[in-house]
Order: sequence, then C-alpha cells, then structure tokens
Amino acid sequence: MSSLVTSNWYDIRDLSNISRDILEGLANVLPHGVVYVLAPVLGFIATFILVVLPSQLIVGVYGERKIIGRVQSRFGPNRVGPFGLVQPIADSIKLMQKEALTPKYADRAIMWLAPIIFVAPCVMLFAVIPFGPRMILANIPVALLYFVAVSSMPVLAAFMAGWSANNKYSLFGAIRIISMAVSYEVPLVLGLLGIVLFTQTLSLQDMVEWQRHYHIWLIAAEPVAFVLYFIGVGVELNRTPTDIAEAESEIVAGYLTEYSGMKWGLFYGMDIGYALAAAAFGSTVFLGGWSMFGLDHWVPPWMIIIGKTHLFYFLFIWTRGTLPRLRIDQLMSFAWKFMLPVALFNLLVIATERMIWVQNDLADGIVYVFAAVNIVLALAALVFWSRFLGYRPENTPKKPRMVREAGGYVPLPTGKETR
Amino acid sequence: MEGFGPTFGFYAMSALTLVSAGGVMLSRNLLHAVLFLIVTFIGVAGFYILLSAEFIALAQIIIYVGAISVLVLFAVLLTPRAGRDNGETKMALPGIFLAVCLAAVLAFVINDTNWATVATSPELTASSLGEALLDAWALPFEMASVLLTAALVGAIMLVRTPEEEAEDALR
Repeated sequence: MSSLVTSNWYDIRDLSNISRDILEGLANVLPHGVVYVLAPVLGFIATFILVVLPSQLIVGVYGERKIIGRVQSRFGPNRVGPFGLVQPIADSIKLMQKEALTPKYADRAIMWLAPIIFVAPCVMLFAVIPFGPRMILANIPVALLYFVAVSSMPVLAAFMAGWSANNKYSLFGAIRIISMAVSYEVPLVLGLLGIVLFTQTLSLQDMVEWQRHYHIWLIAAEPVAFVLYFIGVGVELNRTPTDIAEAESEIVAGYLTEYSGMKWGLFYGMDIGYALAAAAFGSTVFLGGWSMFGLDHWVPPWMIIIGKTHLFYFLFIWTRGTLPRLRIDQLMSFAWKFMLPVALFNLLVIATERMIWVQNDLADGIVYVFAAVNIVLALAALVFWSRFLGYRPENTPKKPRMVREAGGYVPLPTGKETR
Repeated sequence: MEGFGPTFGFYAMSALTLVSAGGVMLSRNLLHAVLFLIVTFIGVAGFYILLSAEFIALAQIIIYVGAISVLVLFAVLLTPRAGRDNGETKMALPGIFLAVCLAAVLAFVINDTNWATVATSPELTASSLGEALLDAWALPFEMASVLLTAALVGAIMLVRTPEEEAEDALR
C-alpha cells in the first residue's frame, strides 16, 4: 500500500476520505438511518460529476464522434455550443422528447424490460474496478470472475430486445449477437486465464499490486492475452469492425430496429458505458490500473486510471474509424480457427513459464525475461499462424492494383515500373 | 444464519427462485419459460452467495446464465414456430408423475441427511477449490471432461446430414 496517502479529507489522492468524512459527519447530525439514504444520492452526484459527465458524455459521445470525423476527414459535431461540446446534451434532450414506439404484435413486457436489464449490469461492472489503493467499492476476491459473469448479462438483454420486437431483422440481430458472444467468450476467457495463472490471483486490486511490485505491466508480460482481450471484447461490445449484430448495411439496425426514443437511447448510452467498463477493466488488468511506476504517490490514482481508461477507449474509437466491417462467417471462423488455437498456445506457454518460476524458485527479475520471451513468441505466433491460415500482411504492394483503372495513382516503393 | 440481512436475503432469493420456477412451468410461450429459467439460475446463484461461496456463485452465473441458457435460447430460436407452444399436451400426466417421484426422492434425501452444523465454516476460496478438484478429486474431474468431449462429438455426429457424409467421403 502506498504510505504517502493520508486519511485527511483534503488529500484528494484518495476520494474515499472526503466521502467518509461527509457521511460520518452527517451520521452524527441526522437521525439514525437517514445517512443510508443520503449515501447513494451523494454517490450518484459524485459519479455523475467524476465519471459520467467527462467519460460517458464528453469522451464517449462527443469525443468519439469528433475523432471518427477526424479519421474520416470530416468535421464531426461543431454546431451546438463551443466546438459542438453541448451536442450530447442536445441529443439526449431530443431522445427524451421522442415517442418510444412499440409494434402492435410485439411482446410488450419483454420489450419494455430489455433496456432495463441492459442498463443494470453496466453500473454493476464498475463496482469491482479499483480506482486507488482504498478506492474500490467491492474488493471481492473473485473480481475477475465477477466481471466476466456480469458482462454476460447484456447479451441476454440484447436477445430479449431482438426477439420481442417481432421483426425479422431484430431476430437476425439477436441470433448474431448470441453466436458472437458464445464464440468470442472462449478465447477471451482463455486469455484472461493466462493472466490469472501468472499473477496467482482473481482479485483486480491484487493484480494492480502485482504490477506495482514487479514494475511491469501485464501487457508486456502477456501481449497475446491483451490482443485476445482487445479483439474479443470488441466483438462482445458489438463495436464497429465487428458490429454485425446491428450492421445497418445488412439487417437495418439489428436488435435495435424497432426501438425508438429513450429506449433506444438507453441502449446507445449503455453501449458506451460497457465500452468504458471494458476499457477500465482492460487498463486495470493490462496497463497497471491506478499505478504508474511511482507517479501514483503524487498524482491522484483515480486520475491515472481514468486517463488510462480513456486511452484504452481511444483504441476502440481508432479501430472503429479505421477498419471495415467483417462478414458473419469471417467473424465466426476467426474466433474458432485463429483466436482459439492462439489462446491455447498462449496458455501452454504461460503455464510452462509459471512452472519453471515456481519449481526453481527464481528471483523477481525473471519476469522481465519471461516478458521478452513472450513478446517474441507472440509476434512469431501471430505472424506464422496468420501466414498458415492465409492472411498475409500487404504493406508494400508489388504491383499497382485496381487503383490505376479507377483513375488514381499509387507510386511504387521501388520507383521503377515493374510491369 | 443470523441477523436481518441474511434472513431477508434467504427469503427474497427463495421467493425469486420459486416464483420463476413456477413461471417456467406455467408460461405458455417457450421463450418466456427460458427467460424464467434464467431468473431461477440467478436465484440459485444468490443462495451460493448467501453461503459465502462467491466462486461457485459466479461460476453458476457464467456457466448457466452466460452459456447454457444462451445455448438453450439458440436452440429454441432454431426450432419451428409450432414447436414453441408450451400448451396442453398428452405428456402432462407422465410429467406430473415424474415430478412427484423426483420430489419424493428429494424429500427422502433431505430427511435422511444429517444436517449437523459446524462452528467454523471451512475455508472456501477459489484456490482451495482448485486444489480439491485437481488433487483429491482429479479422476472424477477428468472423467467429467471426457464425458463432455464425448457429448460434443456425439452432437456433431447427430446433426450431420447424409449429404455432408457423402461430401466428406469424396475428399
């Protein structure tokens, strides 16, 4: 534990001090029990100011649209307020005003229930994310498992949404999201299993402590697990390169086809919420969480983890803006034929390393050797396995392709005509 | 179990589990029945949490809610619409008979078990569970995995059509 953080209320490096002081002071003044009602209200206000407003609205909605606009050479929102910053507020007001339609032959109860079930797990996910040495809501010993378990709930909600609308495209979206979730859960969990094997813990707080103790981030120690996590979670979140469950070019809007107004808004907002939760989880497990090589003594740890979350979220936005959408069969075969063997290979390597470490009782510095070995093995495995399956990287085209026929011109790297 | 919290939790979880289990039986729509079944699984996971077995509770949610129910939903979606009606059937009487038999067996077992309480609960962490599974009970654990593999291969064999067999024979 970092010894520099004090228990004084003005020490903003640990926000639990000030909240505890406020609640204890209120408990002395107010009659018994009222403080239990006030605590969630205070927590709601604090969460809104610290997380929802900057992360969900500014970064999630505004920043995402702005960055994607930049990626695609257009402006993005720039009309409402300075630089278009008030656009998310305007959008949410518009959504609340709209009528939430329900089709005549829809299953009304389930259609009404689906957005609610979609929202609740997202809030629950943040309970186990450590924001500092003591700033964690529920420090349960099986936090990683909790995260995996709770994040399987929104799939059910999306299925309910898709099935209840009584629409072909909704049903296709529901089927697709279920098959995607089932397929990508396997390599994702196998990748995380390697992490658990290496750090010998299921608690997220202990993982951050592990990374602090060895002065290494797990992204360096296990790069394959990071790649598996990033791809798998991107598919489970239904984000754009893999958003075939709501691909508008194929099946209108997937399971959201018949939703409108704030019911649709809840799905949209919570998609960003889940992406932020996945980013917070990823930065906790792979990027060192609230620790930053000693910097966390001086900078508030919760600022570090929120910064890392946004960095991770930027990766999501980047892939979303850059990569084209996959087809359903490509996505399925990628999970089973590419990611699953790589995940099993990774698990084998990690288990071997862990056994060498434990049985020979090696010093702490062996982690860096393992990290170097793992990075080399990861690159080798990815390159050779993708070559074997027929995906070839094409950075330097050997001959001009379709571009010339289309009227464009791509200068060749060699500088001389090869035809 | 002492105190208001665990007692309230126990009765709330019992009500949730029993009501949703009733819903599984009584709902006419097969999809609704599956959704009720999911709520039942979540209620059972709640019991595990009350018994402070967090690992088993979360494993229950991952396996039953996250995987098995989702696969059941998938299977229901792929059945023809006529097969989804959960209404009157000639199998009602045998079903009730089987349920009564099962209830009798369970009542006998519950009655017969020695429900002695211990003063201190044994430590039930994920690592102790893992050591028990891979050390003392390694053979049953591995046999379960063989059983699952056999089920997997069997399922693939069952759904293969003669056309696919012929195609494979040509290769």
